[in-house]
Amino acid sequence: MIFTDEPAPGDPLPILPGHSSPGRFERVLRAGAFAVTAELSPPDSADPEDVYTRARFFDGRVDAINATDGSGANCHMSSVAVCALLTRIGYSPILQISCRDRNRIAIQGDILGAAAMGVANLLCLTGDGVQAGDHPQAKPVFDLDCMSLTEIARRLRDEGKFESGRPLTTRPKMFLGAVENPFAPPYDWRPLRLAKKVAAGAQFIQTQYCFDVPLLRQFMSRLDDLGLLDRVFVLVGVGPLPSAKTAQWLRHHVAGVHIPDAVVERLAGAAKPKAEGRKICVELIQEIRAIKGVAGVHMMAYRQEEAVAEVIDASGVLNGRIPWYPERHKMLLQEKVAP
Amino acid sequence: MYQLRLWSTRHARGLETLYQAFERALVALDPVFSRIGYRRLERPVAAVERAVKGLFFDCKMCGECALSHTGMACSMNCPKTLRNGPCGGVRPGGFCEVKPAMRCVWVEAWEGSQRMRNGSEAIRAVRPAVDRRLEGTSSWLRVAREKAAS
Repeated sequence: MIFTDEPAPGDPLPILPGHSSPGRFERVLRAGAFAVTAELSPPDSADPEDVYTRARFFDGRVDAINATDGSGANCHMSSVAVCALLTRIGYSPILQISCRDRNRIAIQGDILGAAAMGVANLLCLTGDGVQAGDHPQAKPVFDLDCMSLTEIARRLRDEGKFESGRPLTTRPKMFLGAVENPFAPPYDWRPLRLAKKVAAGAQFIQTQYCFDVPLLRQFMSRLDDLGLLDRVFVLVGVGPLPSAKTAQWLRHHVAGVHIPDAVVERLAGAAKPKAEGRKICVELIQEIRAIKGVAGVHMMAYRQEEAVAEVIDASGVLNGRIPWYPERHKMLLQEKVAP
Repeated sequence: MYQLRLWSTRHARGLETLYQAFERALVALDPVFSRIGYRRLERPVAAVERAVKGLFFDCKMCGECALSHTGMACSMNCPKTLRNGPCGGVRPGGFCEVKPAMRCVWVEAWEGSQRMRNGSEAIRAVRPAVDRRLEGTSSWLRVAREKAAS
C-alpha cells in the first residue's frame, strides 16, 4: 500500500484533514481498511541490526509495529530507541510507554523526542508490576496511570502544553492509543473503563490476547451500546500458541491472559501442536474479524515472529492489500523509473 | 486493616451519606479554621485524619482523597497506585496481580460504587495525575478551604 502523497522513507506523510498524525497507521484505519499490527520484542542487545531482523519478519503483512516498553517488567532495548531505528528506514512504529519505570518528567520528554524522530503513534499503558520481571528488586514508579498518561499526551498534542502548563513550541503529532483487557474481571466495568480512556484521548485500542470470542462479542456489543464504536478503533490482540505447555505457562505466569480449557485441550490433543496453534489463531482472527466494530488485529507472537506472515496470509484479512515496507517501496520506485 | 477496608466498600452507601454530612460541617467550620489558622491546624487534623481513615480504608494520606469517587476503596492501596480503574492483570475471582492474596482494590471500588448514590457516576470520570506535593497533608482541611472559597 503506497499512498499518492508518499514521502521518502523516514519522512512524515502530510497530515490529512481530521487526522492527528503524519503516520500511515492512522491513514489505514481512517480509510476503513482492516488493519494489522504486530508486537516486536526488543532485543537484549545494542545492535540495531537485531531490531531490523525482527521487523523484517512482518514485511508486507503489518501496518504498524509495536515497540514494547520493558514488557513483563523485563529489561530490553528501550521502546523509544527501537521506534527511532524503525522510523529511520520508513517503518511505522507504535511507541509503547508504560508508567512503571519513569515519572511524568521523563515520559513527556520521551514523547517529544519520539515525535521529533518521526514516531507517529503512541500506546499508553500502566505496565506490569516489577515483581513479574527479571528485576523484582527495582523501584516501581507509577507516578502516572495509563489514564493520566493518555490525558497528558493529548494535552501535549492538542493544547501544546506540558502537564505543568508550560507551553511547547512544536507539538507532538501523535495518534493516541490505549489498551484494554476485556478478559479480566470486573467484566461489567471494562467497557466503562474503555469509555474513560476515550474521554482521556484514546483514538485506538489494542486488547490483551483474545482466546474467548463469546466474551469479546459481549464486550464489543457493550461498546456499541455506549456509542464508542464510532469514536475509537479497536484492534483485538491475537497470537499463536506453540503448545499446551506454553498455554498453561501463559495462563499462570502472565497477568491477565485468559485461555479457555477447550483451547488447551485442542493443543494437547494435536499431533503437531505448533501447526495446530497457528490454525487456532487463523480461526480466531476470522471469527474476530466478523464482529461489529473490530478495526483490526494486533499480533503478539512472542518468539514466533516468523509465524505472523503465515497466520495473516492464511486468515485472508488483508484481502490482497500489501502494507508498506522498505523493500517494496524500493521495488515500486524502480518500476516507476523503468520504461 | 484489610477486613475493615472490605467492610467499608460493603457499606459504601452509608459512608457516603456520613461523609456528605461531615463535609458540610467542615465547610461550615471554615471561618473557625481560618481564625485559628489552617497552617496551625494542619498537623493535628492530619494526624486525626490519618488515624480514622487509616483504620477504615487503609488510607495512605495522598492528600487528594477520592474515596467518594472510588466506591469507598482507597485506590492508593493498589500496588500500581492506579487512580482510574483496574489494570489488565486482575486475576480470576477479582484478585490482585501483584499481591495475589489481596482483592483487587478496583474490583472492590467498582462494587462499592454501585451501592452509592453519587458514587456510581463519579467513578466514571477521569481523574488527573496526583499532585505528589500534597502527600501527608489533610484532605479534610483542603476540602473545607477550597469548597468554602468557591
